[in-house]
Amino acid sequence: MLRPKTEDQLAEIIRGANRPLSVRGGGTRHQPGPGEPLTTERLTGITLYEPGALTLVARAGTPMTEIDETLAREGQRLPFEPMDHRALLGTTGTPTIGGAVAMNVSGPRRVQAGACRDSLIGVRFVDGAGTVVKNGGRVMKNVTGYDLVKLLAGSRGRLGILSEVSFKVLPAAATQATLRLTGLSIPRAVEAMAAGLSSPFEVTAAAHDPQVRETWLRIEGMEGSVDYRAGRLAQVLAPFGEVERLDAAESDRIWRAVRDARAMEGEGDVWRVSVRPSRAPKIVERALADAAVLDWGGGLVWLRVPMGTDLRSRLGDFDGHATRLRGTFDPPPERPAVAALTAGIRYRFDPRGLFA
Amino acid sequence: MEMPRVDPFVLSKKAQLVSRLLDVLPADAVIHDAQETIAYECDALTAYKCPPLAAVLPRSTAEVSAVLAICHAMGVPVVPRGSGTSLAGGALPTADSVILGVARLTEVLEVDYADRFIHVQTGRTNLSVTGAVEADGFFYAPDPSSQLACAIAGNIAMNSGGAHCLKYGVTTNNLLGVTLVQMDGTVVEIGGAHMDAGGLDLLGVICGSEGQLGVVTEATLRILPKPEGARPVLIAFDDNEVAGACVADIIKAGVLPVAIEFMDRPVIRATEAFAGAGYPDVEALLIVEVEGSPAEIEEQLAVIERIARTHDPVELRRSNSEDESARIWLGRKSAFGAMGQINDYMCLDGTIPVSELPRVLGGIRELSHRYGLDVGNVFHAGDGNMHPLILFDANKPGDLERCEEMGAEILKLCVEVGGCLTGEHGVGVEKRDLMGYQFNADDMEAQMRVKDVFDPAWLLNPAKVFPLDTTAERRA
Repeated sequence: MLRPKTEDQLAEIIRGANRPLSVRGGGTRHQPGPGEPLTTERLTGITLYEPGALTLVARAGTPMTEIDETLAREGQRLPFEPMDHRALLGTTGTPTIGGAVAMNVSGPRRVQAGACRDSLIGVRFVDGAGTVVKNGGRVMKNVTGYDLVKLLAGSRGRLGILSEVSFKVLPAAATQATLRLTGLSIPRAVEAMAAGLSSPFEVTAAAHDPQVRETWLRIEGMEGSVDYRAGRLAQVLAPFGEVERLDAAESDRIWRAVRDARAMEGEGDVWRVSVRPSRAPKIVERALADAAVLDWGGGLVWLRVPMGTDLRSRLGDFDGHATRLRGTFDPPPERPAVAALTAGIRYRFDPRGLFA
Repeated sequence: MEMPRVDPFVLSKKAQLVSRLLDVLPADAVIHDAQETIAYECDALTAYKCPPLAAVLPRSTAEVSAVLAICHAMGVPVVPRGSGTSLAGGALPTADSVILGVARLTEVLEVDYADRFIHVQTGRTNLSVTGAVEADGFFYAPDPSSQLACAIAGNIAMNSGGAHCLKYGVTTNNLLGVTLVQMDGTVVEIGGAHMDAGGLDLLGVICGSEGQLGVVTEATLRILPKPEGARPVLIAFDDNEVAGACVADIIKAGVLPVAIEFMDRPVIRATEAFAGAGYPDVEALLIVEVEGSPAEIEEQLAVIERIARTHDPVELRRSNSEDESARIWLGRKSAFGAMGQINDYMCLDGTIPVSELPRVLGGIRELSHRYGLDVGNVFHAGDGNMHPLILFDANKPGDLERCEEMGAEILKLCVEVGGCLTGEHGVGVEKRDLMGYQFNADDMEAQMRVKDVFDPAWLLNPAKVFPLDTTAERRA
């Protein structure tokens, strides 16, 4: 296993590489593919944290727990609520911040605070020629040159290996509450979530679990504000049935489970479907899945199906895309014009095909 | 400002080009008379002007594609143009280029409140996107000051921001999908009404690429429910540094205002003389705005005011009505106009880490003395996006050059303290030759490789963003 301790060492390894590399951070978010194993887990440390500027910069191999704890001490957090993939994928090891960026891992708060790529304001990476490249920086408003920051987020290491990442962070909420509706059908649940997300009461997460037929909407913020908005949101949701308010502890428990797709535990392949929210019921109907969960108000559908199921042919055409995350990793196919651009970019960043 | 040498071969083909354009567009969509092309000689960076070879105003994605395919085949550079409000010269033509304006692409194609998006053609103005949904309680969040005039196409090209980015983000954070036409005429659909990319995030790199990767003809934009209300508080300080520290403390305290605006004494005085908003005559003013219901506003303002008091403000004025809110915002909103009354000015756009505010303000003061040009500062303090306004006299020989030199020094200072050359206006031609201060050759090479993929012949807006000597081989 190649384990560079510095960006320079990483660059040197890539320059000298003569066969494909199998890159990982802590190796918790995917089953690394073939090739010479390389990990960024020794590229660690928070290099800059300015709470007053809402800015944090860390080396790619920094453990998530270190980031979370450092931010928590100042009452702040990463806005995008990244999931921990270990339970879902049965992996062990230490999740890193670089892994979260490489996969653009974005949790329930995606609907309000944006995805990982929206909080990411700077990257340093080593491309396939072994050249160190920086883009973006440490300030949250920056349009200087092309935004390769977004391009690298979610690129799964195919354009380069991240060595350092910078974020805009946010104040952590003083408290939270979740409103629960019970017994809704999936179409009705999606309508209820849309009603909440379209209200001015700043819903920061909306999910539905068809197994237990529960629909949850979260509100976060200062104490008085959460009370007020929970009351108003309950009125918005009243046409959908009886609304229960769950306290902060229960709310926290529910959203950790949604974030980590705990309802997907059990045998079989797990698919992650990104879809126009109102089309989610159709997706679940076509999937004939053993288990399903709707997050992001329906915009993200988790599906568990028997191993080897050809889910794509079941789903047919729809506004979005499906990725098999558990089972053999299987990213969505791209339309020809997009595929040509993607291939062109990959070739220019990794001409030797090291990051296949 | 150096621009590429005009290609005489392209000029010689003008008649043929116009005739081919007229094959695919109606006569009123092709402007080629030298009297009329003058209308497209510049954008809002009016110091630089050059009429294009021709201008076209297509009405559909298919027409855009046909125009680009012709220009591609004939090797004619194309400069895309939204509403021409760029402060960076993003839409400045060269004499051998065709301006492709999207002004006639203004349709709303779909609005979906359940899925919270609007799908528009990109010639539509920023404000009219909100206009299409506000009666139903929604708005489009990015709000550049030119929002009355600027087009969504330009917003996407420059990744425009606005005063409320601290909470809502900039264009890229509110853009879900685009229809992009590549230079060879290929039409690509990227993203849509779903929330993330299935493969590489091409949308992310298209946004902010200054019209160099393709022409965006349609966009799917995220819309948000309007907050119940908003209210500002005005906080006055006798010291810039203390005002800066107050900003950091407010942010650290866990309230996230939608806007924190900063004005210094020269701007305060100018706006008072111009608009009479009733601001106190002090060193620094903050306008902090929060949103929500009356009770939520009360809760947040209480925290902000408690923090502000620990910094011993000269005055703390909370708005108690719509009318008072408007008065507090009046001066800020007329700041640019007020400075324009005094003299010509150049508006900079660097971003700095908020913690470096005192140092940068001090540095700007020093440069102001050294160059003998007055500077006012008005900016989005929450996110460190500064707008120093350098006053100069355009009729005085040498003043513009001195002003530009001083502007470059200020931007270099922004980069030196960990910031960047431009926070929301874009590089265009204005900051093109300063890119080397922020990026080394490898950093720029990585960016230019992306253009190589989208536009291998480097015909789209080729003289922008990167220093000309850096791109010479690619443009040849």
